[in-house]
Amino acid sequence: MKIGTPKEIFAGENRVAMTPASAKDLQKLGYDCVIETGAGLAAGFSDQTYKDAGVEVVATAAALYKVADIVAKVRPPEDVEVKRLREGQTLISFFYPAQNKDLMEAANAKGATVIAMDMVPRISRAQKMDALSSMANIAGYRAVIEAGNNFGRFFTGQITAAGKVPPAKVLVVGAGVAGLAAIGTSTSLGAITYAFDVRPEVAEQVESMGAQFVFLDFKEEQQDGAKTGGYAAVSSPEFAAAQLAKFREIAPDMDIVITTALIPGRDAPELWTEDMVKAMKPGSVIVDLAAERGGNCKLTVKDEKIVTENGVTIIGYTDFPSRMAAQASTLYATNIRHMVTDLTPGKDGQPVHNMDDDVIRGATATHKGEVTFPPPKPKIAAIAAAPKKEKPKELTADEKRAKETAAFKTQTRNQVGLLAIGAVLLLGVGLVAPASFMQHFIVFVLAVFVGFQVIWGVAHSLHTPLMAVTNAISSIIILGALTQIGSGSFLVILLAALAVFMTGINIFGGFLVTRRMLAMFQKS
Amino acid sequence: MEYGFTTAAYVVAAVLFILSLGGLSGQESAKRAVWYGIAGMALAVAATLFGPGAGLWLLSLILIAGGGVIGYQLATKVQMTQMPELVAAMHSLVGLAAVLVGFIAHFELGRVAAMDAEARAGLEGFAALLAYKTPVEINILRVELFLGIFIGAITFTGSVIAYGKLAGRVNTAAAKLPGGHLLNASAAAISVLSLIWYFNTGGFFPLFIMTLAALFIGYHLIMGIGGADMPVVVSMLNSYSGWAAAAIGFSLGNDLLIVVGALVGSSGAILSYIMCKAMNRSFVSVILGGFGGPAGEQMAVEGEQIAIDSDGVATALNEADSIIIIPGYGMAVAQAQSAVAELTRKLRAKGKNVRFAIHPVAGRLPGHMNVLLAEAKVPYDIVMEMDEINDDFPTTDVAIVIGSNDIVNPASQDDPNSPIAGMPVLECWKAKQVFVSKRGQGTGYSGIENPLFYKENTRMFYGDAKKSLDELLPKIE
Repeated sequence: MKIGTPKEIFAGENRVAMTPASAKDLQKLGYDCVIETGAGLAAGFSDQTYKDAGVEVVATAAALYKVADIVAKVRPPEDVEVKRLREGQTLISFFYPAQNKDLMEAANAKGATVIAMDMVPRISRAQKMDALSSMANIAGYRAVIEAGNNFGRFFTGQITAAGKVPPAKVLVVGAGVAGLAAIGTSTSLGAITYAFDVRPEVAEQVESMGAQFVFLDFKEEQQDGAKTGGYAAVSSPEFAAAQLAKFREIAPDMDIVITTALIPGRDAPELWTEDMVKAMKPGSVIVDLAAERGGNCKLTVKDEKIVTENGVTIIGYTDFPSRMAAQASTLYATNIRHMVTDLTPGKDGQPVHNMDDDVIRGATATHKGEVTFPPPKPKIAAIAAAPKKEKPKELTADEKRAKETAAFKTQTRNQVGLLAIGAVLLLGVGLVAPASFMQHFIVFVLAVFVGFQVIWGVAHSLHTPLMAVTNAISSIIILGALTQIGSGSFLVILLAALAVFMTGINIFGGFLVTRRMLAMFQKS
Repeated sequence: MEYGFTTAAYVVAAVLFILSLGGLSGQESAKRAVWYGIAGMALAVAATLFGPGAGLWLLSLILIAGGGVIGYQLATKVQMTQMPELVAAMHSLVGLAAVLVGFIAHFELGRVAAMDAEARAGLEGFAALLAYKTPVEINILRVELFLGIFIGAITFTGSVIAYGKLAGRVNTAAAKLPGGHLLNASAAAISVLSLIWYFNTGGFFPLFIMTLAALFIGYHLIMGIGGADMPVVVSMLNSYSGWAAAAIGFSLGNDLLIVVGALVGSSGAILSYIMCKAMNRSFVSVILGGFGGPAGEQMAVEGEQIAIDSDGVATALNEADSIIIIPGYGMAVAQAQSAVAELTRKLRAKGKNVRFAIHPVAGRLPGHMNVLLAEAKVPYDIVMEMDEINDDFPTTDVAIVIGSNDIVNPASQDDPNSPIAGMPVLECWKAKQVFVSKRGQGTGYSGIENPLFYKENTRMFYGDAKKSLDELLPKIE
C-alpha cells in the first residue's frame, strides 16, 4: 500500500504531513511513500531529502491522489481535493467534521474513509497521535515569541549599570496545552507569569509550570473539566461576571496578555473586553490565540496585527504552527505516523480499520460509505474525575467570628448537656446512697475529672513511661493491704502479706524502669 | 489516733501523683515528675504505717523490701524491647493484689459481723471502721468489694495472657474457644447472678464463683485479641488496674486509693482511646477481637516486589538529602534499634536531614518505638509523630520502612473494601524512593496484602533487619 502526501494548497500553509524521518518509519511499517514535488519546501525539506529517504516524488497532486491508497495531509481538504478522492481511499488530516458537514458529505459520497486528526479522543493511549495538542504546544510557544517580538522591553527584570529594568508581567488566560506551553516559555524567559482557567483543578499544573494561578472569589462550584473530556465547558453568567471583574482589576498591571480560551464547538468567549484593552499601558501586547473562532478580545482582527489608539498591540494570527513549519511538520508527521501504526497492527503495509478500537473509531468521520460522525462516547473516561478538594478558603473576619461563636455555642451546649446529665445521675445516686458513700464518691468523680484533664497533655512519645508510672502508682493498693495486715486472723495476715509483697515489687519495679527510660531521652 | 496526720499526708501524696502524671507532658519535666511519684508513694506508705490500723510493722517492711529487691532486679535487667511484657506482668500483680485485698475485706466483714457490741468497741483500724457501719453501708460495701475483686480478677488473668503473648509464650494470633463471645457473656451473667446472691447472703461461695468467672473472662477476652492490637490491650488493662484500685478504695473508705485509682483508670482509658483512634477502630471492635471481615472484594495487587541489595540502598542513601525512617515492631523483634541509630548518626554526620516517623500504634505498647529509639540514643527532637511528618513525604528523597507493615499500607486510603480502610497511615509511598526492610514476603499482622511493596518506587531489602543494617553500615561513606 502507498501513503502519499500532497502539497498543502491553503494559502500561507507551510506545514507538510510527511517528513523524511517519518517516511522512513512508515516504510518500516511496510508502506511505500509518495510525495508531491515541493510539498516540504516551505518547511525546509527539499525533494532530494525525501528521495534520499526512499520516498517517490511525483510531479502533480492529481498523480499523487491516483497512486496513493492513504493520503495524509495537514489542512482539511479543499473542494478540488475532495473531488480527487476515490472509493476505498483513506484520508488522514485535520477535518473538523462538526463544522465541515458539507465537506464530510462530499467525501463520503466519494466513498473515501476520512480519519480526522482533530477527533482523536483524549485518552492516555492516544496522546501520541493527539495532533491538536502538539500544534497547540507550538502555538503557545510561538505566541510568547510573537509577543516578545512586539514588546519593547525585556521579559526578565535586570539591574544593570544603565539602570533598573522591571520584569514583564504576563497573563495567560486558559491553561490548556497552548496556555501551559505559553506559561512555560514565558517563565523561562524570566517574566512574572499569571494564569487563569475556568477549571480550578488545573491550578496545580499552572503552579507546577512556575506561574501563579489567579483565583476568583466565587462560591459556586466550578465545573470539573473531567466531565467534558478535559476541555473547558461554558460557565454560568455569574461566574463569567466574576471573572471579568477580576480581569478588569489586574488589566492595568499586565504587559502581555495571551488568551487561549476555546470551548469545543462554539465561538470563542469574550474575555478581554475593550475597556480592559483601554486600561492597559501603551506598549502592551495582546496575543489572541482564539482569533480563528472570533477571538477572546473583540478588537482582534483575524490574521492581522493591529495597534489600538492607546498603543496596545493586538496580534490575531491564526497560523502560529505554520510559522514554525519545520517543528510543526516534524511533530505532525510523527502524530500521523503513530496513527498509521495503530491502523497497521500487522506491520505489513495493510491497514486494518478496526472500528472497535476507541481511538480509530473516535477519529473516523466517514467509513465504507457511511458517515460515522459523531462517534459514541469512548469506553474509557478521558481523565479521571478529580476528587473534590476542599479549598482552604480565606474567611472574612465576620465569617470567622460567626463560626467561632457557633462552635462556642455547640461546645457550651454539649458541656451543659453533659453536666446536666452528670448532675442528675449524681443526685440520683445521692438519693439512695448514704452520706459516707457520697463523700468518697465525690472524691472519685473529681479524681477522674483531674485525670482526664492531666492525661491529655502527656506527650505521645512518653506513653510508655506513662504506663510504667501509672502502673507503679496503681500499687497504691498496698495501703489497703497495710491497713488490714494488723487486724485479724492468720488467713488475713497471709493474704495481706502476699499483697504487700507483690505491690512492693511493683512500686520499685515501676518507678525504677520509668526512671531508666526517661534518662534515655536525649536532645540532639 | 492521728487520723488528721494520715489524711494530710494522703492529700500531699495525691497532689504529688497528679503532678507526676502532669509532668509527663515533656521529656525534660518528666525526669522531675518521676521523683514526685516516688515521693508521693513513699509518703503514702509511711503515713499508712504510722497511721491507724496498721500492725506488724516489721513484717510489712521486710515484705516491701523483699518486693523492692525483686522489683529492682527486674527494672535494671529488662531490655527495652521487653518493656511491653514487663508492663503487662506488673499489671497482673496489681490485679492479683486487688483480688486479695478484696477477699480480706470480705473475711473481716464476716468476723466483725459475728462479734457482739462489746467486742466491737475494742476493735481498731479497718475492723473498727466496719464495726460502725449501718446495714445500708454494709450492703454498699459488699457491692464495692465485689466490683473490686471482679475487675481485679479480669486484670490478673488478662495481664498474664497479654504477658504470655508479648513474650511469645502464648500464640499471638487471635484464638477463641468454641462458643466465642457467648462464653464471655455467660461468664458475665454468672457474675451478675453471684452479685445478687452475695448481696443477699454475704456468703463466701458466690464471691468465689464470681472470681472464677472473672478470671475466665480475663483469660478468654485477651486470648481473642491479636498481636497488633496489644497497645490497646495493655493500656486497657492499665485502666482496669486503676478502676480495681478505686473500687477497693471505696470498700476500704480510703480516699487516696480512690484518687489514685481514678487517675490511673482515666489515664489508661485515654491511652486506649488514642490507640483506637490511630487504628480507626472502635474500642468495642478491638475488645471483641479480630478484624471484621472485608466488606467486599478487595483490590487485587498488581506488579511484583522488586528486591534490592545493600549496595543499592547505600548508593541511594549516599545520594539522598532527606531521609525518613519508619520503624515498626519488626525493628524491636530484630533488636535493630542500635543499628538504626548508628545509621542515623552516620547520615546526620554527612549533613543529611534524617527523621523518624512514628505511627501511634507502631510496636506493642503505646510509645514503644520512642522508648527503643531513645535507648539507642536517637535524639528525641528528630522523632516525629505521624501528624507532624505525614505532609513531608512528597519532599523526601528516601523513606526506609523497617519492620512495619500495616501502618504504611496505602490500601487504607485506596481500597474502600480493605479491612483497614480509613485507618490513618504514614504516606511513605509519596517519597521519591522507598526501601522496605522485611524478613520475607509474608503479609502483616492483619493478613492484608500491602500494595506499597509493589509500587514502582519501592524496593524490598529482604533479610533480618539488624543483619541488613549491619551489612549496610560500612557502605555509607
